[in-house]
Amino acid sequence: MTGAQILLECLKREGVEVMFGYPGGSVLPLFDCLYDRDIKFILTRHEQGAAHAADGYARATGKVGVCVATSGPGATNLTTGIANAYMDSIPVVAITGQVKTYLIGNDAFQEADVTGVTRPITKHNYLVKDVKELARIVREAFHIASTGRPGPVLIDIPVDIQQQNTDFIWPEEVVIRGYKPTYFGHPGQIKKAAKLISQAKRPILYVGGGIIASGAHGELKQLAEKTQIPVTMTLMGLGSFPGTHQLSLGMLGMHGTVYANHAIMDADLIIAVGARFDDRVTGRIDAFAPAAKIIHIDIDPASISKNIRVDVPIVGDAKNILAHLLQEIKQLPDTSEWLKTISSWKKKYPLRYIDEGRLKPQYIIEQIYEATKGEAIIVTEVGQNQMWAAQWYKYDKPRTFLSSGGLGTMGFGFPAAIGAKVGCPDKIVFDIAGDGSIQMNIQELATCVSNKINIKVAILNNGYLGMVRQWQELFYKKRYSYTNIYNPDFVKLAESYGAVGIRVTKKEEVSSAIEKALNTENTVFLDFHIEPEENVFPMVPAGEAINRMIGGMA
Amino acid sequence: MRHTISVLVENKFGVLARIAGLFSARGYNIASLAVSETLDPTISYMTIVVEAQDEKILEQIKKQLNKLIDVITVTDFTKREHIDRELVLVKVSLSAKDKAKLEAILDRFVAKIIQHKAKTAIIEAVGDQSQIKQLLEGLEKFGIQELVRTGRIAIAN
Repeated sequence: MTGAQILLECLKREGVEVMFGYPGGSVLPLFDCLYDRDIKFILTRHEQGAAHAADGYARATGKVGVCVATSGPGATNLTTGIANAYMDSIPVVAITGQVKTYLIGNDAFQEADVTGVTRPITKHNYLVKDVKELARIVREAFHIASTGRPGPVLIDIPVDIQQQNTDFIWPEEVVIRGYKPTYFGHPGQIKKAAKLISQAKRPILYVGGGIIASGAHGELKQLAEKTQIPVTMTLMGLGSFPGTHQLSLGMLGMHGTVYANHAIMDADLIIAVGARFDDRVTGRIDAFAPAAKIIHIDIDPASISKNIRVDVPIVGDAKNILAHLLQEIKQLPDTSEWLKTISSWKKKYPLRYIDEGRLKPQYIIEQIYEATKGEAIIVTEVGQNQMWAAQWYKYDKPRTFLSSGGLGTMGFGFPAAIGAKVGCPDKIVFDIAGDGSIQMNIQELATCVSNKINIKVAILNNGYLGMVRQWQELFYKKRYSYTNIYNPDFVKLAESYGAVGIRVTKKEEVSSAIEKALNTENTVFLDFHIEPEENVFPMVPAGEAINRMIGGMA
Repeated sequence: MRHTISVLVENKFGVLARIAGLFSARGYNIASLAVSETLDPTISYMTIVVEAQDEKILEQIKKQLNKLIDVITVTDFTKREHIDRELVLVKVSLSAKDKAKLEAILDRFVAKIIQHKAKTAIIEAVGDQSQIKQLLEGLEKFGIQELVRTGRIAIAN
């Protein structure tokens, strides 16, 4: 078989059903093989879109997402998407063409040192120099991407390797001596954690994307309900615990709820699971949760004690450890007083907005929640739209809120929504966008229409790069430097691609417009003209302790 | 504070770049780095001397190294008995009349003159950190023209 045939055979055996990508000179042999294979291929209009689509597919399905690009510019266009997947620990395999082996290093046409470029933004990467190694490398790449702390792996394949012939040998086993993730927590540490939990008066579960990656949402719910410990989630953790559950405090951190931030600051025990004490969560680190002992459960040992001192570190898979912990907790903590305090905060400082004047974005999200009965997959762009989507939609199930958390990539949402819809065709997929972000990958409208991919895009159009404008308003004396943006007519734009556009300027029109969009068998742009200077509150100014919030303090 | 770490890695192209990239991307300082093959040609041995202000950073460095797929084991010699050595080549100014004086200093170390020209001598010396430091202090009065060091290598007792 040729290298290209071996690659496709490997992908088939890895269970790959769909790839996202873009052809080019250095992947011609691969695309020639694709021509008569049954593996589904979604042609995007930009390689960045392909990388985000693979990422969105992986987030929505839990399977490995695959994207393909040619050498040089094709590959460098993937890098934002790869870095995005890396920061959020999403399993993606990126396949790039490379110039012929004997031209590597010669500054050949469309050559870039792609393994060099992507080294710091991949979990691992490979340059294939011998076709005999290709099958083993593909096998390893999928194994590395999807196990341990997941992440993107890139395989760079020179065009002549794709053409060379060799026997296909499928490696049944993967043996990598330098890679052995820990899955089971240390029993002694789990006992210690159980003891701390039994004794705690003001415990809180602080959980992140690791719960979703590990599939530990069931165990988390059992643990919270059994111990009556409230749960707060990071942006990446939304959906890991039901947002409608009475023990849910919603999101914490910079734009978290007041009660979540108060609760974690006043806690005497923090049980962190699959979360990494990111600066957007902790705020000023030396002021963070001064009275709390910390149990930190994570599969990545390097995440533990990186940002904050930890009393009981437990390295391993969240699902296994939570199951084990459930057995170990014999004496339940008494959290009734604590829950009363929290419930008074909830009453006193609910999430709120003033619903007067022009159309409010929070209202739109609430209406989308109503119309979709909380069952849609919500994908977001980055900025105000993202925070409103995190605050005002309630996520009851994992893999229903897909957002660029670590890297904060504008332009992520639309192509990621494509990936999510391809992976979950029976789900309603809504991209909550801003007028700035949507223009960063708007070319993917063509991908939607030509592949009959049915996505709803709610553009919260305020004519500003809203989050930056908000910071300029609050911290830079309203000097709106280059944040007031000119926009196209999004309705006509959608129509010109063959999609549907609906403009909404009044509150009364919102729910019928959403209904109409949901009843349309096509991608729809909902162009909501919202209050231009609406802010996301509550908010913790950068570098402040997270209970020093502005806005939303009643 | 300086710490000596040894790292066993896959002997593949690009591994050194992964290690160096990790240090630069995360802002850790390498004081010295020595790399060579081992008896097993598929494995290379690196001795890295790192600058770490505190224990927390040293821990992070070790954990981040361990996360690299091509890293097989990481050993921290900070709290382990070990032997370390460095080889240095030093070019000093030397007139014939001072040769005996220089040899008297070298006798106290594992060091010798390996080349002597009209006005200069090249000295080869092997030793641990403090021996090399003392030797260089002793050589200063001759005028050190050039100094080349291999960086530290270390082995566990």
